Amino acid sequence: MKKTNNMVAPWLLLLPATVLLAAFTHIPAVMTFINSFYRTPRGNRPARFVGLDQYSNMLSDPVFMAALKNNAIYALGTVPAAIALSMLMAVIVNSAIRGRALLRMSFFLPTVLPMIAVANIWLFFYTPGYGLIDQFLGLFGFHERNWLGDPDTVLGSLMVLAIWKEAGFFMIFYLAALQQISPTLSEAAALEGASRWYFFRRVTFPLLMPTTLFVMINAIINSFRLIDHVIVMTRGGPDNASTLLLYYVYNVAFRFWDAAYASALTVVLLAALALLAFVQFGVLDRKVHYK
Amino acid sequence: MSAMTLSHHTREASFWRVLEIGACYLLGLLWILPLFYAVWMAVHPPAYEVRFELFAPVTLQNFVDAWNAAPFARYFLNTFALITTILVCQFVVCTLAAYAFARYEFRGKTVVFMLVLIQLMIMPEVLMVENYRTISKLGLVDTVVAMGLPYMASAFGIFLLRQTFLTVPKELDDAARVEGAGPLAVLLKVYVPLARPIYVAYGLVSVSYHWNNLLWPLVITNSVTTRPLTVGLQVFASPDQGVQWSVISAATLMTSAPLLIGFLLFQRQFVQSFMRAGIK
Amino acid sequence: MKSWTSWIKGALASVAMLSAGAAQAAPVEISFYYPVAIGGPVASIVEDLIARFEAQYPDIKVKPVYSGTYPETISKALTAYRAGQPPEVAVMLSTDMYTLIDEDAIVAFDDFVKTDEDKAWLDGFFPVFMVNSEHDGKTWGVPFQRGTTLFFWNKDAFSEVGLDPEKGPQNWEEVVEFATKLTKREADGNVSRWGMQVPSSLTSYWLLQGYVAQNDGKIADETGAQTYFDSPEVVESLQYWVDLAYKHKVMKPGVIEWATNPKDFFEGRAAMITTTSGNLTNIKTNAPFPFGVQILPEHKKRGAPTSGGNAYIFNGVSQDKQEAAFQFVKWLSSPEQAAEWSIKTGYIAAREDAWATDAMKAYVAEFPGALVPHEQIPYMVPELSTHENQRISRVIDDAIEASLTARKEPGQALSDAQKEADRILEDYRD
Repeated sequence: MKKTNNMVAPWLLLLPATVLLAAFTHIPAVMTFINSFYRTPRGNRPARFVGLDQYSNMLSDPVFMAALKNNAIYALGTVPAAIALSMLMAVIVNSAIRGRALLRMSFFLPTVLPMIAVANIWLFFYTPGYGLIDQFLGLFGFHERNWLGDPDTVLGSLMVLAIWKEAGFFMIFYLAALQQISPTLSEAAALEGASRWYFFRRVTFPLLMPTTLFVMINAIINSFRLIDHVIVMTRGGPDNASTLLLYYVYNVAFRFWDAAYASALTVVLLAALALLAFVQFGVLDRKVHYK
Repeated sequence: MSAMTLSHHTREASFWRVLEIGACYLLGLLWILPLFYAVWMAVHPPAYEVRFELFAPVTLQNFVDAWNAAPFARYFLNTFALITTILVCQFVVCTLAAYAFARYEFRGKTVVFMLVLIQLMIMPEVLMVENYRTISKLGLVDTVVAMGLPYMASAFGIFLLRQTFLTVPKELDDAARVEGAGPLAVLLKVYVPLARPIYVAYGLVSVSYHWNNLLWPLVITNSVTTRPLTVGLQVFASPDQGVQWSVISAATLMTSAPLLIGFLLFQRQFVQSFMRAGIK
Repeated sequence: MKSWTSWIKGALASVAMLSAGAAQAAPVEISFYYPVAIGGPVASIVEDLIARFEAQYPDIKVKPVYSGTYPETISKALTAYRAGQPPEVAVMLSTDMYTLIDEDAIVAFDDFVKTDEDKAWLDGFFPVFMVNSEHDGKTWGVPFQRGTTLFFWNKDAFSEVGLDPEKGPQNWEEVVEFATKLTKREADGNVSRWGMQVPSSLTSYWLLQGYVAQNDGKIADETGAQTYFDSPEVVESLQYWVDLAYKHKVMKPGVIEWATNPKDFFEGRAAMITTTSGNLTNIKTNAPFPFGVQILPEHKKRGAPTSGGNAYIFNGVSQDKQEAAFQFVKWLSSPEQAAEWSIKTGYIAAREDAWATDAMKAYVAEFPGALVPHEQIPYMVPELSTHENQRISRVIDDAIEASLTARKEPGQALSDAQKEADRILEDYRD
């Protein structure tokens, strides 16, 4: 290691990164917090300090409450499903099944497609009556449903799309982890007559825990960050049944031009992400040290 | 166990086995169905969007229509410009930073590293309100640079490269220094070449991410001359009148084509890259 | 709020102009943001028009910028304005007028109207379109591409159930009566054809305005600071709309997607639909059956909403660019060009003399359906336009969506919406 008498070198090396990160991550985060205590300036009206007004507005804003609820349901729905599916896919692709390269390709493919492209295609799937999903369900005698136009089904429809899109991506991480598990373990278990399920439950799954944690954190971040499908498919409707928090921020900031309120909303989002970071660095770090 | 019961078990087992394998294939098929459907819609005339006749006429007219309806050539150019700019800057910025973290000891190192890692959680689009204001003050609204700037210092890249640099043997470092090489020369001659597979991996991940990114470019661009493909597709696919599914499918395939084809051709590399990135 | 950069740009532009020599001034460059709310090759129509304009006015160069939907266009334009680089001309919703005035982003046309010819031009627009363009005695936008809602029906379906295919329903009761006959239910309860379909996924307040006008009500006043969402006429109108789905069961429940509405019509899944006049050409080209088109059915009286865009000139650009912009707007909206734009895009020509041009007369002779929007003009009402319009329209849209999905009763939904609107508009009332 270089001795500390050369203090300039490391800071110089870090300069571009720190300037960029400060400019686009750290300072904006602080500024967002500060701006949430003001009112938005409009043309001839300057900004005014209003204390916690924006936050009390938020609490009585039914759209914000809907967004918060939707994000919670969305995360609870997509994260476990994505984890389970991606684990399953990794196990499949890692096994001796024939055509596994094709399977791997087909699972991973949604990852390389832009979400907006995918959303447009799924929009056609969800069309009532002659959209593919209704046509398929119609074969079994199901009635047509207005998947995206019914508040009961719209969020679920978006979640299915999100899971389809990300499961393949997470599969890769599980695949990497599975390939690190020594094959002698499974051979030994087979010799002792343990069933595959037993082996999975008692050996594989615990060994995959660090990956699961990593995938979980990433899936949760994605559930906050990815709103392309809301923009394309539902615009938050009907009646805000599919409004997600970041989408509301986007609307408030760039449609209603209410930057201060958008800042307050962003603070809530940041708080949720900060909590997540806390959990990750607290829990994950300890797990990593076990390796 | 008698021979009879053993073979009975085997038959039962193989029945479930077949079912299982069938289910795996079904899952794979289900997963690729949307893409197949998009291709179907794109190569058939509008009347066949929802009719699945085997010998329906195949046509490329939808692609022609899509191409003419919006300046996709320009969008392609913009996207290429964007990912090139981002990739080059990311390589430079992240390499320098990773080197500092890997090979130097200095006061406040851990704190700075933690601050860097914050960006893993808090992506620039979450802070879009403030970032937009910053870009506006810099007078860079609606430029390719503005689309890339918030992403150039990538916490993921720094982390990845730091892990890699940490594994470079000290002897190589010392050997180069003995020959009189300064720190930057050591970086360029020793560390960077050894980390090549990681650069490839990171490059693929980054290209994938930014080719497909919508929200920040949507916020920060106004005009055809800077809009990338994703924003172009979004603007194109939202007329308030009846949409032609077939044309939109064609446009969708066009915008995804390069990555898709790249992926299909270099599947193994893609997967390995993501795996490598993931392991770290 | 002009930034210092635009002052410098203005100064530089002036210097450039002066140094270009007295005799031959360099052409003034202006950019023109236009939204595309219809399918089809609008870009080439625009380029063609611009080429002819530039031939007639060689000292002006126009740079067209295709800017997406209306919300995206105003988003982009305001963003560019705040960054000190506004477009000179942009076509944005007529209802965005208050938002633009509040942001200090546009200039009134009155300063540019000097000659008698100019005055005649400004007076030639239909009054109903001008209501959404005037405020405080000044004209802030000029009607450019307007639309309205029209009523279409499937003539084959009418014959099939014993209705006269040449006569569409004339009032609210007939709509229900016809739709009941036209709705086809299968043995398993599935509905293979709905009698009536009204889209509601986008700007549903627009369709509500049609019903409110037919019910002799008003959804907001002309000051831009007062809405009447919970007035009895509005509640009754929304109730009628909701009843189509839940009481009479002739319309698909839930929010109905605009984008697939015409396709549903073509596929025979909806026998009667309302949709924008901009879809006229689409339906004429793609309907696989003879169809009828008419003005909206009446209730207490005839009524219909207006929609569409005005051309606006921006603040923050130099005087000569604004002059050039004015010339361009004037040319674009003069009778011949207005008629041409209307014929090629399906928007309604906003002035009477455009309808009297030879081109328009020939078009209407060949396609009588094109005359229907003109027939409806006397009954049109101005579009909902208030301060913070994007927010207010979101509020009323949410109320409509909540009612159509049976989450709230129309009365409750609308009174909640009125409360919210009052809260938002409080500051703008004096």
